Amino acid sequence: MKQISLTLAACLVGTVAFAAEIAPKDVGYDEDGAVAASLSGAAGDAASGALLVGDKSKGNCVACHQVTALSDVPFHGEIGPALDGAGSRWSEAELRGLVANAKMTFDGTMMPAFYKVDGFIRPGDAYTGEAGTEPLPPILTAQEIEDVVAFLATLKED
Amino acid sequence: MNNKAITAIAMAMALPVAAYAEADDDTLVVNEEIEMVTKTTAPGHISDALDEVMSGWHFRSDETQALQMDDFDNPAMVFVDQAMDTWSKVEGTAEKSCASCHDDVEESMAGVRAVYPKWNEDAGEIRTLAMQINDCRESQMGADKWKYTGGKMAAMEALISVQSRGMPVNVAIDGPAQSTWEQGKELYYTRTGQLELSCANCHEDNYGNMIRADHLSQGQINGFPVYRLKNTKLNTAHARFKGCVRDTRAETYKPGSAEFVALELYVASRGNGLSVEAPSVRN
Ligand code: HEC
Ligand code: HEC
Ligand code: HEC
Repeated sequence: MKQISLTLAACLVGTVAFAAEIAPKDVGYDEDGAVAASLSGAAGDAASGALLVGDKSKGNCVACHQVTALSDVPFHGEIGPALDGAGSRWSEAELRGLVANAKMTFDGTMMPAFYKVDGFIRPGDAYTGEAGTEPLPPILTAQEIEDVVAFLATLKED
Repeated sequence: MNNKAITAIAMAMALPVAAYAEADDDTLVVNEEIEMVTKTTAPGHISDALDEVMSGWHFRSDETQALQMDDFDNPAMVFVDQAMDTWSKVEGTAEKSCASCHDDVEESMAGVRAVYPKWNEDAGEIRTLAMQINDCRESQMGADKWKYTGGKMAAMEALISVQSRGMPVNVAIDGPAQSTWEQGKELYYTRTGQLELSCANCHEDNYGNMIRADHLSQGQINGFPVYRLKNTKLNTAHARFKGCVRDTRAETYKPGSAEFVALELYVASRGNGLSVEAPSVRN
């Protein structure tokens, strides 16, 4: 009995989380590319976000952007603008849209979409070079996007 | 689109100018003898995209650059020596070697690398050097084909390339080559994989910029095959293409495939006017 109720409780928690999460194909972008609601239904954690932005196998944002707050992470790229002050330039909703799919804000931008799962040319299975099957897993999960957004929001202009 | 978006776009558009400033101004002379053209006016067929074309040599560190300036320091030369032995080694049912038909490699292969990939009238196809070498092995020697990106193939390509060092790349893109060239161009600008990136995104729009720890070059192939310090062997152009496509989180094309042959022709043509530098050294 005890075990059954535990399982049941786990299911319920799972269902709640699922119901609140917005799937990649259901994200609502406004005409400027912003996304109002949290993708996971929960708040983001800026500390986790900082790790994701620097992690090669996750956001790898520093491949293209300089971020002074992450100067302990080696090798920042110069493809996009420095993210310093991004939290002052953009609202939370705009940042969410930028990370989920920057092409909704900047038409044709080189910045990859981190919460997009299909419509690719020759979709691959991560970095193996082998074919992948759409829908692919998004590069970042809903909660990871929220964490990255929370981190970006801390990058204020001084 | 809002104001902030426009500002950021203006910032991003300013980048290629900065990029231009970042290729160094060193000059490449190999063995104090062969003066290489490593920067030159872009060929007419890409002048809408680039003003100047530059060898990947300009984007490497001084230490890496130095390794290519003298054959005694160039680690690729070991493989050229090995290919020299292969050149006169009899193999296959016809009991012939490359030398049986082509004699002295220095004479018979001078200028060959500079014009490949090239249309082969009898076969009715565009042939890369690797395809031609394998065709000679199969139909002339009765020997097994070499793996397209394998060590023996890369070494033989290097030996043949050495005979054209310093000569301008000059691949033909018109006549029977044109449709393949168009196909290659299309591939060059196609944004593949989950990262939706094309060759042009990195090598045309952002050469000179750092992408994480890598200094982006124009992705020219006048130096191929290249010896890479990273994997301590000779690397062929198709192996490099494969790695770059894989890095867009895409399903790659196969080395030797019609797609990569077309891409090679197109990329080679973007370097028309640069010197054949192969075998070059990269990190
Ligand atoms: C392959 C390159 C690339 C990667 C990887 C990348 N970006 Fe970008 N990003 C860009 C470019 C280029 C722009 C400029 C927009 C444009 O195209 O005009 C940009 C713009 C932005 C902006 C708006 C710029 C500003 O501050 O005004 C933010 C915020 C941003 N990126 C965040 C991120 C985050 C967070 C990640 C990782 C999760 C990331 N980027 C990964 C290339 C990249
Ligand atoms: C039995 C004769 C024979 C042998 C052996 C032979 N080849 Fe050839 N090779 C030819 C002929 C004939 C051509 C011209 C092919 C054509 O135009 O269709 C040729 C063409 C070439 C070309 C292109 C030259 C150009 O100007 O376009 C290269 C490169 C080449 N061979 C390399 C090799 C190598 C490397 C080997 C040994 C592994 C080899 N060949 C062995 C007969 C031979
Ligand atoms: C995400 C960025 C990216 C994309 C997209 C990309 N490359 Fe590259 N490529 C690199 C990096 C980084 C290097 C190593 C540094 C350099 O030489 O630019 C490189 C190196 C090369 C080189 C070696 C140049 C030399 O002189 O050693 C060639 C050739 C090349 N790329 C061709 C291509 C082609 C063709 C495509 C498209 C099919 C492509 N690349 C797509 C990032 C990219």
